Amino acid sequence: MLWDLGSVLMFMVTSLVIIGITLLIAKLFRRDNPTEEKLTSYECGEDPVGNPWVQFNIRFYVVALIFLIFEVEIVFLYPWATVFKEMGFFTFVEMMIFVGILLVGYAYVWVKGDLNWVLPKPKYTADFDYSNVPRFKKPDAEKARKLQAVE
Amino acid sequence: MDYFIQIVTDLLPGLDGLPVWLVIPSIMFMFGALIFTGISIYSLIILWFERKIAAHMQDRLGPMEVGGWHGWLQTVADAVKLLLKEDIIPAVADRKLFKLAPYIVFLAAFSVFAVLPFSDKIVGSELNIGIFYILAVSSIGVVGILMAGWASNNKWALFGSMRSVAQLVSYEIPIGLSILVVVMSVGSLSMRDIVMAQDGGIFNWMIWQNAPFNFIAFLILFIAGTAETNRVPFDIPEAESELVAGFHVEYSGMRFSIFFLAEYANMLAVGIIASTLFLGGWQGITGASSAPGIGLIWMLLKGFLIVLVMIWFRWTLPRLRVDQLMYVCWKVLVPISFINMVGAGIWIGLSS
Repeated sequence: MLWDLGSVLMFMVTSLVIIGITLLIAKLFRRDNPTEEKLTSYECGEDPVGNPWVQFNIRFYVVALIFLIFEVEIVFLYPWATVFKEMGFFTFVEMMIFVGILLVGYAYVWVKGDLNWVLPKPKYTADFDYSNVPRFKKPDAEKARKLQAVE
Repeated sequence: MDYFIQIVTDLLPGLDGLPVWLVIPSIMFMFGALIFTGISIYSLIILWFERKIAAHMQDRLGPMEVGGWHGWLQTVADAVKLLLKEDIIPAVADRKLFKLAPYIVFLAAFSVFAVLPFSDKIVGSELNIGIFYILAVSSIGVVGILMAGWASNNKWALFGSMRSVAQLVSYEIPIGLSILVVVMSVGSLSMRDIVMAQDGGIFNWMIWQNAPFNFIAFLILFIAGTAETNRVPFDIPEAESELVAGFHVEYSGMRFSIFFLAEYANMLAVGIIASTLFLGGWQGITGASSAPGIGLIWMLLKGFLIVLVMIWFRWTLPRLRVDQLMYVCWKVLVPISFINMVGAGIWIGLSS
């Protein structure tokens, strides 16, 4: 077992060494003549504008979080899957409870709209029209006139 | 691995006296070099093949000049051209990360091959957690892609890499869940055990067992595998028309070709993983053969068949939008693969 893992490590090292050798060979053959214009960032032929390290969409972060939860779940599922056949029905039910808890979270994320790449417009923004909500209905005109008359 | 030690010690009798900690690494190094050569030759062939297929699908001829017969030397000429190209690192780039990124991307693509069983005996390392190792190691590529995009200091590269990372990370979940179905029906994580469980002809292959759950798992693995390799229709990170080339815009020459090699190595890896898990691995249509060469031929045939279907996809289907990409993963493939997994669990539990 230890030698198996060791040979896998050696395989990885091999790939790095071979890539290094390939790049070294390329370095020997290629020409190297940098100019100022060559070394600018590519931006469709124009001079680059602003800093490229811009703020990006927060959705990427949400996807990363959801992925992390699922991936940890899958890591736990694999050992279970190897013994699942021998252990029978009881482990299956147990794992279904585990998966079920995750699926509740998944359903929550789905309903909250975090799985939509383009977020729907939030319902209650500053320009939300409150007059359509029954609770906030404006007092009708007659009532307002009566109130004015009393005053 | 033992088979290789035997072959090499037959060829070099002096190796017998050396200590084991020297023999195994050197043999593994040779095996790695062999696989690297194989991947290089395969990608030269498959690139030419892809261009020809694409051309004929679009009623063109494709490369016809270089090398005489149907331009068969075209990709070799391209490789030589890439070798001689100037290597440009932008002045504003983060040089260390920029140089490190191709290594990591290629490492992730390449180290999968260490446990893939090419035949009964031709296998780098018979890890008893083979398929789990593949899942773990193939996610390292995400780091390299993010590194490449960030270090380039280019807007397109950064956006391309962010999209690519989101895509790779998302599609790993359906892949994990569909591989799980196979692990459940075999009860082992070792690639050898998985192939051995499909012994005896085409109808014992994993794809037909636990009908219909394994078949659905195969389809999910195939679709998500296409997405993992950034192929059309899931190639939004590399969309030429909007992101020029995604995370490798700034790379040129040999560094660019390493990214390219990694992509094609990934395609072959997906093909071989899918055929090991579902299509009987090195076993032929009528059953396993004792000669190692025949197993290798079967394995490569199945792998190439899946790569060819991926190429067919590329020239048939239009590209998805980035929000559709996420929709397909999170709202279609993930629920289906969960239901599939539970269904397979019930089926296996009832039938055993």
